Amino acid sequence: MRTLRDRVGAAAPVFGVLLLLLVAIAVVNPNFLEPASLLAYLKRAAPLAILAVGQYFVIVSGEFDLSVGSLVTVQVVVAARLIDGDESATVPVIVLLIGLGLLVGLVNGLITTRLHVPSFVTTLGMLLVLSGAVFLWTGGAPRGSLSESFREPGRQGIDIPGFGQVPWSALILIAVAAGAAVLMRSAWGHTLVATGDNDRAAALAGVPVERVRTTAFVLSALAATVAAILLGGFAGVSAQVGEGLEFSAITAVVLGGVVLGGGRGSVLAALAGALVLEALFTLLNLLGVSGALESTVQGVIIIAAVAYAARRAGRRRRPPAVPEPSPQPA
Amino acid sequence: MTLAMAGISKSFLGVGVLHDVDLDVRAGEVHALVGENGAGKSTLLKVLSGVHQPDAGTIAIDGEERTFANPRHAQDAGVAIIHQEFTLLPERTVAQNVFLGREPVRRGLVDTVAMEHATAALLAEIGETGFGPDAVVRRLSVAQQQVVEIVKALATDARIVAMDEPTAALAEHEVALLTDLVRRLTARGIAVLYVSHRMPEIFALADRITVLKDGARVTTLTAAELEPPTLVRLMVGRPLSAYYPPRATEFGDVRLEVRGGTAPAISGIDLTVRAGEVVGVAGLQGAGRTELLRAIFGADPFTAGDVLLDGRPVRLSSPRRAIAAGVAMVTEDRKAEGLALAQSVRENALLVLHAVFRRRARVGAARTRDLLATVGLRSAGEDQEVRFLSGGNQQKVVLAKWLAADPRVLLLDEPTRGIDVGAKAAVHELVREQAEAGMAVLMVCSELPELIGMSDRICVLHEGRLAGELPAGASEEDVMALATGHGVPHVEVPR
Repeated sequence: MRTLRDRVGAAAPVFGVLLLLLVAIAVVNPNFLEPASLLAYLKRAAPLAILAVGQYFVIVSGEFDLSVGSLVTVQVVVAARLIDGDESATVPVIVLLIGLGLLVGLVNGLITTRLHVPSFVTTLGMLLVLSGAVFLWTGGAPRGSLSESFREPGRQGIDIPGFGQVPWSALILIAVAAGAAVLMRSAWGHTLVATGDNDRAAALAGVPVERVRTTAFVLSALAATVAAILLGGFAGVSAQVGEGLEFSAITAVVLGGVVLGGGRGSVLAALAGALVLEALFTLLNLLGVSGALESTVQGVIIIAAVAYAARRAGRRRRPPAVPEPSPQPA
Repeated sequence: MTLAMAGISKSFLGVGVLHDVDLDVRAGEVHALVGENGAGKSTLLKVLSGVHQPDAGTIAIDGEERTFANPRHAQDAGVAIIHQEFTLLPERTVAQNVFLGREPVRRGLVDTVAMEHATAALLAEIGETGFGPDAVVRRLSVAQQQVVEIVKALATDARIVAMDEPTAALAEHEVALLTDLVRRLTARGIAVLYVSHRMPEIFALADRITVLKDGARVTTLTAAELEPPTLVRLMVGRPLSAYYPPRATEFGDVRLEVRGGTAPAISGIDLTVRAGEVVGVAGLQGAGRTELLRAIFGADPFTAGDVLLDGRPVRLSSPRRAIAAGVAMVTEDRKAEGLALAQSVRENALLVLHAVFRRRARVGAARTRDLLATVGLRSAGEDQEVRFLSGGNQQKVVLAKWLAADPRVLLLDEPTRGIDVGAKAAVHELVREQAEAGMAVLMVCSELPELIGMSDRICVLHEGRLAGELPAGASEEDVMALATGHGVPHVEVPR
């Protein structure tokens, strides 16, 4: 029978680390354990966690998506300019943003799978194209402003009697997590992981490998769209709103024990990776460490996490129970 | 320089591959080493080249005993091996390849001029005028690349050259060029060990012939003492010792039909497989066996010709379509193409259902246990990652994956390669059971006794064409005769 250790597998460390960090934060700041404070933490973490879920789909299929950070910026800047404070424009603009997200994901996926451009290059190119387009369109300083209703999901919450206000972000995060977990248990989820593990074998087993991977890119871009809506509300409009988020998302996924190159790791662990990253930033902030160090910390973490995964993989490579038969002399 | 190998034995993990083999090659002689697939020819070459160390026996060069702990030792002793797969760097020039790793250096830089001069001299020596030392290897023909391999061997002052199936990748007219070249080598006093199972060139070149069978030397004779049919009999003549499940006694309607199937490596193939029938596909390396199966499966589709399933024409342009139409294929390379190694037994077993028959995935998941029992899988559990399984158990997972989809046609490419005897028997039983249940099976297998033991009928391919069809229980000689393109007995298949 499967033991708990097997079941949680490579993901186990990330949940442990998360717990440790939350305890550490609570030690430094006992108020952290109050519901309002915990919910505020979830609210801060939600955009990155949602991006990590999107990035997970792409990474577990054996690819990368570096374009999500600039896609977030584009979405926020476009929304501000088109809405320009007009409440009635909110819904149509959100529909437009979703369409834009779909398009970017589709282009990423099709270029990678049909033109056989490595996704690292495809999405790096997309990052540059999008950030150039934003710069051109805004001339460096975004114009316009978001409507109150657009900003609501990122800023406000819903009042639950006897509990206080629960942020929309937290609810959206829970919904995304649940949706992703269900998706990964569906037939599609199984084919996605198989594709990342061995795309030749998957294709020969009838998996539409190109379509599956393209869908992963679309999901990543849609996650970026949701994150953009939350960040626009939470942080407001700037041309730097999505900067570096692609690396934060990849760091989060790797922290979750998801193997770069695909085929291994769970989506909830990737999400937990994002929570770990956010908790770490919170702790550093509490300890008075400069926010300027965030990217340094992230760089150290991503290298350490990948090195750790490589060591684990090395130890897992034990000899098979039955020796391989002799090489076939032809 | 002469080579003498005596009493060479080698086993891998307890399985004997070479038993007490003696072989000697004299200066200026072509000594042909022949035998079926699996007879131990390549292993013997690997012992000679220092890739494998023999468990027993000696290698002597000019009477002096040598130990080759690695390929470098063999090279330093004047032994060069021309492998089946080329080891050339395609984007480099001929001279760069010839001197790879041994580049002449002048003032700390590679002396390109000296390198090209030396290469040109060697090319002139063997009479090659078709290309120069500065030609880029990628632009050369396969035969010319082979010449480069040989020049590379000569550049290391090799006095003993062993060639492993050198004509396998060559076109007919290129074979003549190669035989010329081999004669020029022997004229220079080089000892040539020539591994092949193609009758015409063996008899055109060889002074002496050694026959290997099941890892042991059968005999060594001068070419003048032998006729091709005698040689074929020496290569394959052995009692059929293994047990195979009883053949089918009656068949259903034609399930799979290929008419004029043509793809890059095969042309004009006509064949039928009836429900309940196991049809074997025989042929030498490169005869187009795998290509035929891959074409039917849509992995590398036919460029011309028709495929009919149960009498209805179908277009199988991708594996996905073929699977949806009821075709399954067990590929030759289990690890690269058959399994997602980091996934569990269950994940692999359900992959085809998840990919193509989503609606049946839930039912399939409930049936996984039965399915694994059907294929006789012994593993720690359904959650075991397949990479930890033995080759035989991995192959059973592959079979379970396909059986889960209830295919009508099962294509098997070397289904028992690299698995132990017990697992082989289990696979044979399973294939026969599935055929009895109405499946049409088309099977490629390089082990002739196994192919003959399993097949209700055998299609033999030769250079991409159907050389003939043989009934159940055909002799290995008949199959080899058709496969080597030597003599085409017209045997009518009773229907």
